[in-house]
Amino acid sequence: MIVADKNLELVTLTERQRKARRNRSVAIGVALAALVIIFYVATIVKFGHNASGLTPTNLM
Amino acid sequence: MALADHKLMEEVGFRMSEATAGDFFALLKPRVMSLVVFTAFVGLVAAPVAVNPLLAMIAILAIAIGAGASGALNMWYDADIDAVMTRTAGRPVPAGRVTPGEALSFGLVLSVLSVMTLGVLVNWLSAALLAFTIFFYAVVYTMWLKRWTPQNIVIGGAAGAIPPVIGWAAVTGSVSLESLILFLIIFLWTPPHFWALALFKSDDYARAGIPMMPNVAGPASTRRQIFAYALILAPVGVLPWVLGYTTAAYGAVSAVLGAGFVWYAWKVLGMADDDRAMKPAKALFGYSLLYLFAIFAAYLVDSIVGRALLTGGA
Repeated sequence: MIVADKNLELVTLTERQRKARRNRSVAIGVALAALVIIFYVATIVKFGHNASGLTPTNLM
Repeated sequence: MALADHKLMEEVGFRMSEATAGDFFALLKPRVMSLVVFTAFVGLVAAPVAVNPLLAMIAILAIAIGAGASGALNMWYDADIDAVMTRTAGRPVPAGRVTPGEALSFGLVLSVLSVMTLGVLVNWLSAALLAFTIFFYAVVYTMWLKRWTPQNIVIGGAAGAIPPVIGWAAVTGSVSLESLILFLIIFLWTPPHFWALALFKSDDYARAGIPMMPNVAGPASTRRQIFAYALILAPVGVLPWVLGYTTAAYGAVSAVLGAGFVWYAWKVLGMADDDRAMKPAKALFGYSLLYLFAIFAAYLVDSIVGRALLTGGA
């Protein structure tokens, strides 16, 4: 187990920095979730018909 | 509490960021992006091929993000001159809310992401055009032309004019004369639009050392060139009807809008050298925004209605 050095000087975020970081984190989360949805749905729309043709026979 | 050595951070010049998501959104130049989205959408809808609405939405989103990415790269590179111009001093980088490194990383990541998304999910011609647009705006215009020649916005205007061509290419997988005419309308619109702004913001540009036309060739020459571009733009705006791409309704609307543009440019031409208020230049700047929006809106409506009439009559 790694234990943090108690003598190490740590950075304490100001209230403004903490709020900004939380704001950025939420935005990154939303953007990544949107990207997943976009690629998932677009794949179904674009390759849906082809994907259904991937039967075991076709794959061999 | 972050696990980081405070002294080490100070030594390398690191500071904890206070940038919010809104600051990063501002890096995308949302107002420019809205124009890009609209003109790309018109190109996409005007194309004579049916497209899946979802893929169309993805195409528009990717084009918007790509345009925004080039805006972020522009703000990264131009932070020094943005800081001394009243119009741009409040932007996130010169205001200190976003570091130059953050802006650069943001612009590069979004550039790659938008181009790859468009390529993988739509087609590679539109992706290549988007990549070229980002390169042209960020490198050719921002890093080279802008600080070197008064023709900066004339040549650089090509980057802002490509979106309808990308929209068209996203649907058809090709570039056509019709989409190139939409390009030409924006391309010819750009110089009088920006030179009208440069006339009443010439002090700003002079302070930043940017060789805009009024600072290099003088206000009188700029006014003449604005009028000349207006005279060329007005008939080009009507060209889609002349070539049979639209109905006469678009032809009439574009002719009236073009006549209005020439009228406002004529007023600028007659402006006195000692006119400090420069109301005609401000009026032309405002009208030019209305002109571009209105002519593309007319094109959009004409495309939709024209196609509906064709389908109904068939």
